[in-house]
Amino acid sequence: MNDPSTPVRPTAWVGQSIERREDVALLTGTGRYADDLGTRPGTLHAAFLRSPHAHARIKSIDVSRALAHEGVRCVLAGADVRSWARPFVVGVKQPMEHWCIAVDKARYVGEPVAVLVAQDRYIAEDAIDLIHVEYEPIDAIVDSETAIAPDAPVLHEAVGSNVVSNRQFVYGEPDAALDAAPHRVKIKIRYPRNSCTPIETYVVVAEHGSEGDYDVLSNFMGPFSLQAVMALALQVPAAKLRLRTPRDGGGSFGVKQGVFPYIVALCLAARKAQAPVKWVEDRLEHLVASTSSTGRISELEAAVDSNGRISALAYDQLDDCGAYLRAPEPATLYRMHGCLTGAYDIPNLKVRNRVVLTNKTPAGLVRGFGGPQVYFALERLVQRIAVELQLDPLEVYKRNFIGAGDFPFRTAAGALIDSGDYHATLQLAGQRGDLAELVEKRDAARAEGRLYGIGYAAIVEPSISNMGYITTVMTKEARAKAGPKNGAITSATVSIDLLGAVTVSVASVPHGQGHITALSQVAADVFGLNPIDIIVDVELDTRKDAWSVAEGNYSSRFAGAVAGTVHLAACRLRDKLARIAAAQLRCDHADIVFADHKVFARTAPAEALSFPRLASGPHWAPGVLPDGVSPGLQETAIWTPEQLVPPDENDRINTSGTYGFAFDICALEIERDSGKVRIDRYVTAHDAGTLLNPALADGQIRGGFAQALGAALMEEFAYRPDGSFASGTFADYLVPTAVEIPEPVIAHMQTPSPFTPLGAKGIGEGNSMSTPVCIANAIADALGPAVDPQAIELPMTPSRIIELIAPAEQRPQHIAPPPQGDGKHFATSGSVNIAAPVEEIFRVLHDPEQLASLIPGCRKLHVASDNRYIADIALSVGLVNVSFHADISVVDEEPMRRMRLFGKGSGALGAAEGDGRITLTELPDGTRLDYEYKVSLSGKIVAVGARMIESATGVVLKQLFSRLGRVAGHKASGAARWQGLLRLIGLGKPGSQERR
Amino acid sequence: MKRLRHTRHTVAIRLNGIDRTGECEPRTLLSDFLRYELGATGVHVGCEHGVCGACTVTVDGLAQRSCLTLAVVADGREVRTAEGLAPEPGVLSELQAAFRRHHALQCGFCTPGILMSCADFLARVARPSEPDVRQMLSGHLCRCTGYSNIVSAILEVASGNEDSPDA
Amino acid sequence: MKPAAFDYIRADSAEEVVQLLAEYGDDARILAGGQSLIAALNMRLAQPRVLIDISCVADLSRIRVGNKNLTVGAAVTQAVAEKVVQDSNNIPLLAQAFPHLGHFQTRNRGTVCGSIAHADPSAELPLCLVTLGGAVNLRSWRRRRRVAASEFFRGVLTTARETNELVESVEFPMPKKQARYGFVEVSMRHGDFALVALAGAVSDQGVRLGVGGVADRPWVETLPTTSGDDLDAALEDLAWKLDARSDQHASARYRRHLVRNLGRKLITELSS
Ligand code: FES
Ligand code: FES
Repeated sequence: MNDPSTPVRPTAWVGQSIERREDVALLTGTGRYADDLGTRPGTLHAAFLRSPHAHARIKSIDVSRALAHEGVRCVLAGADVRSWARPFVVGVKQPMEHWCIAVDKARYVGEPVAVLVAQDRYIAEDAIDLIHVEYEPIDAIVDSETAIAPDAPVLHEAVGSNVVSNRQFVYGEPDAALDAAPHRVKIKIRYPRNSCTPIETYVVVAEHGSEGDYDVLSNFMGPFSLQAVMALALQVPAAKLRLRTPRDGGGSFGVKQGVFPYIVALCLAARKAQAPVKWVEDRLEHLVASTSSTGRISELEAAVDSNGRISALAYDQLDDCGAYLRAPEPATLYRMHGCLTGAYDIPNLKVRNRVVLTNKTPAGLVRGFGGPQVYFALERLVQRIAVELQLDPLEVYKRNFIGAGDFPFRTAAGALIDSGDYHATLQLAGQRGDLAELVEKRDAARAEGRLYGIGYAAIVEPSISNMGYITTVMTKEARAKAGPKNGAITSATVSIDLLGAVTVSVASVPHGQGHITALSQVAADVFGLNPIDIIVDVELDTRKDAWSVAEGNYSSRFAGAVAGTVHLAACRLRDKLARIAAAQLRCDHADIVFADHKVFARTAPAEALSFPRLASGPHWAPGVLPDGVSPGLQETAIWTPEQLVPPDENDRINTSGTYGFAFDICALEIERDSGKVRIDRYVTAHDAGTLLNPALADGQIRGGFAQALGAALMEEFAYRPDGSFASGTFADYLVPTAVEIPEPVIAHMQTPSPFTPLGAKGIGEGNSMSTPVCIANAIADALGPAVDPQAIELPMTPSRIIELIAPAEQRPQHIAPPPQGDGKHFATSGSVNIAAPVEEIFRVLHDPEQLASLIPGCRKLHVASDNRYIADIALSVGLVNVSFHADISVVDEEPMRRMRLFGKGSGALGAAEGDGRITLTELPDGTRLDYEYKVSLSGKIVAVGARMIESATGVVLKQLFSRLGRVAGHKASGAARWQGLLRLIGLGKPGSQERR
Repeated sequence: MKRLRHTRHTVAIRLNGIDRTGECEPRTLLSDFLRYELGATGVHVGCEHGVCGACTVTVDGLAQRSCLTLAVVADGREVRTAEGLAPEPGVLSELQAAFRRHHALQCGFCTPGILMSCADFLARVARPSEPDVRQMLSGHLCRCTGYSNIVSAILEVASGNEDSPDA
Repeated sequence: MKPAAFDYIRADSAEEVVQLLAEYGDDARILAGGQSLIAALNMRLAQPRVLIDISCVADLSRIRVGNKNLTVGAAVTQAVAEKVVQDSNNIPLLAQAFPHLGHFQTRNRGTVCGSIAHADPSAELPLCLVTLGGAVNLRSWRRRRRVAASEFFRGVLTTARETNELVESVEFPMPKKQARYGFVEVSMRHGDFALVALAGAVSDQGVRLGVGGVADRPWVETLPTTSGDDLDAALEDLAWKLDARSDQHASARYRRHLVRNLGRKLITELSS
């Protein structure tokens, strides 16, 4: 096996790209992910019933048929949740209630409405379809600008508005600077909703213990401050909610944070089932309802002098957090608060932050968290400054960068940027990426009329979040009342066992970043061992391990905080060993050296103790330890960066412990015919301080880059105007593949952080922040000044690009336009000629039996009231079949001429509503029937197959009316024959006309 | 003709060279059967609609989605998963070792599926070009690596792969 | 995402299959490669009572390159057909289309006839079949019939197949002498269904342009000429006539743009 083969080395392990400790298990299919671990015998399985409506009151839930289904244990619904739990605490003081499942109202498509527990997942899914929920749909709000309108429907009535937070901040004298500026450059941008969609979905196994405690195994990744949020919701002390996470996680990128409401729901389900309950989220559930980045609309204005020097920025940010403000939101706004001035020395700043709720999935952690949104505005603005002032963008950067000699630098809003050399990093990117060549290429391509562009982005990448930054959302008075919050506590334990092996134990909850490898490098250096000698325990058990409120796999806190704290703990333990060794070697403990599995005095290397021997001694003979050395070989270090203090009086906040930097260059070409973007070269230069393992760091860059390229060009959670969700499968939520992702050119600078124990900073989120906007800037450059800068919207799909550059078009007059939907509905129309008189058609449509025979797939129809029917319908379209209940009414608008046929249906796949007008016109040989239909769909069916169903509806309607033609025509001809017979025997009505 | 009612039946497959049997319904997906009935948890499930590729296994040598295959359809066939790739316990296959060397995995959730696609692909295509490899990989979603290290690992193995038959 | 319960029948002959279809009709679904069907089962978009597995039926597993047609049986996988097409070196349109079809992992299982029967308007094989003027052989317990491709596709997922019929085989006409064929596709990612796919066939008998991904079915249009204003006008009409729809990936206008521009490019290339 390819273990890092390591004879004596001259240099340290930290800084080397050694092979990963994690890989052997993962490559041989023996990883231990949450769904791979055994469960207790008798464990049951859950499935969620989810709202098909974006906004609806829940009038009733009938679970009787589901409970009668064989293998079903119980159903947890809103009423249970109300009696056993509490709503989640929220970051802003507003009377909104967010329960772990909907209790009275569903506010987004996919919101859990009930949890069904059964013997296995297959049965649970069978039975979930048997639960009947009566909804009363309400108008949905999808667009955040519409949501703030005074007459908009309100999601949380008690709040009275969809705006749940509105804060303004002023630093320096922004208004004066703006007034005095020779140029003001402004941009308005929209950042879409997307997510990093890890390939492993959420997994929870929950159990309710005999003392009212809960025991949970899940792939939750922190922040562990949410443990308190969960425990409060479950109404238990934190210690009675035991959270365990396995060694291997299948990717998180922040997203696994969003499992926490499910943990609460499943705890309650386990309580009701009186058995352990397991749930593995499926991909449809994940896409529709797990979490999302926060959508943002920003208006940003800069005061600029003629050289491009920026003296002030004014932000107006409107965040779309979805249906509930779910912890840690509105952190997307505040994580970046200190960094709103980016990499620039801009003294004056003003900010308005508003948080709005809409009928969409609640937002949460997604890699970059706040960064993509801020930099999409800020760096687009820098590009606009260059264009409007006709400057080289690089000049604008150079004139505004924080100077290399100015660190640590306090930004206008309070961030203390620790270290860096931005000018040099820009230089490095240009050299490594051969910018000069790219510029030549661009000139040559443009000369040929091709669309080639170069974009740049400079970003400051914060890591190690200050737990107190979120309190910036409160006024200083409110903060004073609530008590201070700050810091970023991290804990690590290092111990040595009775045969001398070193174990490192952390609460970092890795999801693929190679924490085991990197920490074994850190500890190996301290003890003079090989990484392979170090056991790293990354499984977490909140009941047994040291952990803190700030712990978890987020805010790129691993390299700076976790590895740093391990270093501190290891050093403490080493120093203890040094004292023990000094007594044996009769030298000063400061002279003890740990190297190559040996421990010796610097002055007498030949007289060495073997590490295992030295390290096992204190276990067996604690009584002979030197004076002042306590027994036990275990040290837990707890660290927090002292720079992380609460927001000050003036709302200045040092939002993160340390700040890295990235400068990116993107050169791309757009195909005129198809609008496709081809990345010619992508250069990304990073300064993340000390690199623990460059290969792992590069892995973070490549992975972040790939996700960000997806965000820039194809990924989006698409909602329709009625709030239905249209990206429910991996065929519609488009994650880039190996064909779409080019290899970036990567360069590193290493300016160590003075604030972290090893000088390391985060590196995992930089590209999520820099790449989307860098690509957008390159596209803007390629498209040229004629294109409206605001029209550069992510994802920049080929279709969006062509809409910007293709010549206007006009429908040829001889081609009739198709029926137009209005965005919420789609429309279909048609006409059939029926060989029957108008009266006959009317009669048939009002006769339940006849009606039943007309409706395709109608299995049962009964009369609910006059002209209102309830039907069971099963339709087949190709391999698809759908069964649903329909409520159909026939309304005469103008007897014998116009009527409305209205239908509402709901089934396991969602809900549909059709509203049609039928017009009858008498013809010489019958009747012409024209129909016009508007149909809207919601629920799962939209997420997975709206197009199919919409077009099937057209087919079904056509079928319905041609059947009508047959039935009525047949009757008519039957009646005609009858009338003919009557006439023969002299009883026919004189004057009655025979048709056909 | 073989008729199976919708209740449980015995399914026998040869899994990684060992004859195995388990119980399942006709509707049981091969991915679920392999994981929960036979314990082959190296088969990962990421979408259950055939797009992500995490569940890829070989059936009679052909790489395919185990989430789009019924266990009853695989009855009597030879199934291979990532657990069966190493030549002997404690030794990685050439490709596995190359993945490790190239840092071609992070969370490793997509990895077993990719390895199984490679098992089929490299047996058919002796000297694939980089675009060939990228196209083959386009049947897999990896959210961690950005793919390029995976491509290098496969190309490295393929370039030393002289004696496999031409397609 | 787990299928609802069904009975499973593994058929041994085509005769058994049509017998079963006569018995179960719309309550049954044919399981060939299952690459669309099982996804639909998992999402519970389809909940048939019975699944008839035809993957082991020997008489449906034949593929034959004849003088007039390439005939592909119902159980032949796309991977097998692709290999036959590539080896024959004489079926240019399909040879160009196959690499766009999903991924090699899905082609290993997915069948040619399954894709035809599924009738996704963005799929490549139905487009090729229509463009080449091929045919579909349907068989029921009582009769066999041959339906021209142009008659077969009726709408999204909707075909001329009756519920008791099996798509027993499809026939792709072999290339005409002196004709030239080309296939282009724009999709969001490699292997995705087409936003727009175009298949062109240019010979002295005329110009045929097949369009996938735009109308509710694969569409083929005979164009009056290979160049000039008349071609532009014909493409303009075609672009509008197909009633392109907008979805989250592409607007109707974008689809029209591709029909016009890539259509002209493809026809020009094939006729030069
Ligand atoms: S789980 Fe099978 S392809 Fe995604
Ligand atoms: S390594 Fe995590 S998805 Fe590929």
